[in-house]
Amino acid sequence: MARGKKMVDRVTELMDKPEQIRNIGIVAHIDHGKTTLSDNLLAGAGMISEELAGRQLFMDSDEEEQARGITIDASNVSMVHEYEGREYLINMIDTPGHVDFGGDVTRAMRAVDGAVVVVDAVEGTMPQTETVLRQALKEGVVPVLFVNKVDRLINELKVDEQEMQIRLGRVIDKVNKLIRGMNEEAYKAGWRLDAAQGTVAFGSALYNWAVSAPFMKTSGVSFKEVYEKCRAGEMKELAKRSPLSSVLLDMVVRHLPDPFDAQKRRIGVIWHGDRESPEGKAMYACDPNGPISMMVTDISFDPHAGEVATGRLFSGTIRRGAELYVMGAAQRANRIQQAGIFMGPTRIEVESLPAGNIAAVTGLKDAIVGSTVTSLREMTPFESLKHYSEPVMTVAVEAKNMKDLPKLVEVLRQVAKEDPTLAVTINEETGEHLIAGMGELHLEIITGRIKRDKGVEIVTSPPIVVYRETPAGKATAVEGKSPNRHNRFYIDIEPLDDEIVRMIREGEVSMNQPALERRDILVAAGMDKDEAKSVKDIYGTNMFIDMTKGIQYLNETMELILEGVHEALAGGPLADEKVQNTKMRLVDVKLHEDAIHRGPAQVIPASRSAVKAGLLIADDSLLEPMQKISITVPTDQMGAATSQVQGRRGQVFDITSEGDTVTVVGKAPVAELFGFAGDIRSATEGRAMWSTEFAGFEIVPSSMIKDVVMAIRKRKGLKEQLPRPEDYLA
Amino acid sequence: MEAAWKKPVTVLSRAGVENRPDEVLAAAREGTAVLLVPGDPMVSTTHVDLRLRASRLGIETRIVHGASIATAAAGLAGLQNYRFGPATSLPFPHGNWRPTSPVAVIGENLSRGLHTLVYLDIQPGRFMLIPDALDLLGTTAASLGQEIPLYVGCSRVGSPDPVVAAGDAARLRAVEFGGPLHVLIVPGDLHVMEREHLEAFAGL
Repeated sequence: MARGKKMVDRVTELMDKPEQIRNIGIVAHIDHGKTTLSDNLLAGAGMISEELAGRQLFMDSDEEEQARGITIDASNVSMVHEYEGREYLINMIDTPGHVDFGGDVTRAMRAVDGAVVVVDAVEGTMPQTETVLRQALKEGVVPVLFVNKVDRLINELKVDEQEMQIRLGRVIDKVNKLIRGMNEEAYKAGWRLDAAQGTVAFGSALYNWAVSAPFMKTSGVSFKEVYEKCRAGEMKELAKRSPLSSVLLDMVVRHLPDPFDAQKRRIGVIWHGDRESPEGKAMYACDPNGPISMMVTDISFDPHAGEVATGRLFSGTIRRGAELYVMGAAQRANRIQQAGIFMGPTRIEVESLPAGNIAAVTGLKDAIVGSTVTSLREMTPFESLKHYSEPVMTVAVEAKNMKDLPKLVEVLRQVAKEDPTLAVTINEETGEHLIAGMGELHLEIITGRIKRDKGVEIVTSPPIVVYRETPAGKATAVEGKSPNRHNRFYIDIEPLDDEIVRMIREGEVSMNQPALERRDILVAAGMDKDEAKSVKDIYGTNMFIDMTKGIQYLNETMELILEGVHEALAGGPLADEKVQNTKMRLVDVKLHEDAIHRGPAQVIPASRSAVKAGLLIADDSLLEPMQKISITVPTDQMGAATSQVQGRRGQVFDITSEGDTVTVVGKAPVAELFGFAGDIRSATEGRAMWSTEFAGFEIVPSSMIKDVVMAIRKRKGLKEQLPRPEDYLA
Repeated sequence: MEAAWKKPVTVLSRAGVENRPDEVLAAAREGTAVLLVPGDPMVSTTHVDLRLRASRLGIETRIVHGASIATAAAGLAGLQNYRFGPATSLPFPHGNWRPTSPVAVIGENLSRGLHTLVYLDIQPGRFMLIPDALDLLGTTAASLGQEIPLYVGCSRVGSPDPVVAAGDAARLRAVEFGGPLHVLIVPGDLHVMEREHLEAFAGL
């Protein structure tokens, strides 16, 4: 394609001019029109033909995506846009809106500096709008707003011109309120969206037009005209005089930051290393001549080139043959085989790729999504990607044919690399592997992909809910003994303070911080100073603190102690489910004089038993995942909607009506939500619009806990009786 | 043995003895039971815990002392029992766990002119051999800025075909020690008799 080739040349020319680069993401609630918008932007920039846009779903390169009409993976594309006589390179990532794929949004936000938030003019902000906006702000990503489907407002809801303006104003106010609530500082510093300033555009992605205050001045298209043309069905003319891509991309170039500006501000948010170090200086300055620092945000598999790692290059220049190191992996050089950029599903190889771009490279064998990649041998890793949702459901997967056993293991490893929101547990002994994901749909897609793309016939179990364990009370100096009884560990267990849990979850406290900085943050959050300076480990949202002093050999044994602790936390004593929000204090230790007698075979079981017994003594409780549910129905169906929530051990906490529709908001345990889609459809004659969102873990009601625990133990082949602390204290 | 004594013999692993002491204790409670171990029962792999448990259950115990590697290896090398400092053992690394204390023990003994007996790790199906041990000690010592100038390597001590050889790491690597079990000694200052014995029997 001649046009495509020319585009490549223009893209490569712009790649080393950071002030002419914008890295952006498009985020929205499901069905608010992201992908249609992306396609039309591409068409407008000459990447695909205009007739195909909107029908082709260029960004949805997965067959399953096109079939379901939703975006599953974030996908990348670069394009060129001319603004005020200068060309700009726009690197754009389209992200999925369905809650089950929220992990992709988190990753995409790490790679970009600005986001176009798309909101449906009719539906207004929805739960996912809030989630994706929060993710953007958390990563220091600047938002602009596109209010989509304005034509529907006019033609379907038949509002008059004045009402239209009021409604559009209301959408902006709502988004501003969200921004203000999430980050007041940024809001005041100019992140407030303002139509008059040009940080908001209105339009119809489907009909390919948009308007904004600055563009109105040049095009002369007024709101009055927009209203009339929509009414008259003459949107083609709008598309000609006020085309979507020009309006939107002007807004992106004008109001979203370039990598120079953005990295100055963002590096401190996403990286906690020493800013005076060579890599620190280079990243803050987006220096193409500094050491290479890249964060991998996506891994995909190309049948010819193999594994392709995509991510943001914050400093340095990547060339073929470069030897890079993946932090946290084996310390061996990974040689770059190809360096390139993504243009939709095609990857285009380039000679060299400078800082500030989104790079797609092959040869990074050790990288997984979230890896920090660098030309240095040692570098503080980027903060890990924080997922706002957690895996809440698991399916067991087995190969249908014996001959596929080894292939399935390989495929599962690939799948886990590609999607960090999945938790894959491989059990080569039984051949029964577990995949934990964010919901029924997520798991259906993944298992479907294993069968279809990877060509492995598999049998899957019905999905199972993922639980958590946590101490409700305290245990003091619980003694864990090694098998030879010469090593003893005394551990206190209690719930970790909620505020500290939050700080861990949001990355404000981590083991990557310098110890002094971490201590000060924890003390400021109300933690005891002796404890704050003795934090040895953070695992999930659990914290391990060494309160002992002057114990010989403890230092060289700590690694083994923590390995045992991790084993206990990976599967708690009650139901072998993950443990969360636990504070462990090591208060005393007895060690054997000799290294082998305090080696792995002795120490790991000892610290593991201490934690497991301690959890049981501290009233280990079972937590179940909850989902927030939002259902919009015609007023006369309200009863059916509320009873669908309440009938599932759920509670309704908000009912708002607007016109002749009612929105019921509540939450219910995931365990009760199987088949919800079908039930709500039949209960409301198919007239309900609904969405769900992860709402954290809550304690299983005490009347049910025994049955639930026993059912889990039975399913996992554990002893079918409630465990006692003595079982671990022999 | 079953044929000679007409008694049943159960083979136990070390983990079996540690994790399920009840089996041994039950046998001892019902009659007279013998726990047969290589070497001396109360040296190195200690059976103190088992003896304490038995005593708590009112089971009488008796120790039959055996020849220990601790004395046998010293004897084979001709090093004087009086001139040994604390012994140490060298474990297989586990993940990032590579304890430096074995080298620290050797270093302290050397600074006082004392010999160190270095036990090499035994794990199910896996025996540490002298070349592996030399690599591990060498890199650990280097990371602590130390150097171990002289070793005595011994293999299959107590068998009819033991090998003993003295020298620096490079020389020991060239020696064919054969199958397990292997053990190392790091000699301190050598007394004249010790040196003569090493020269005569260990190729120093």
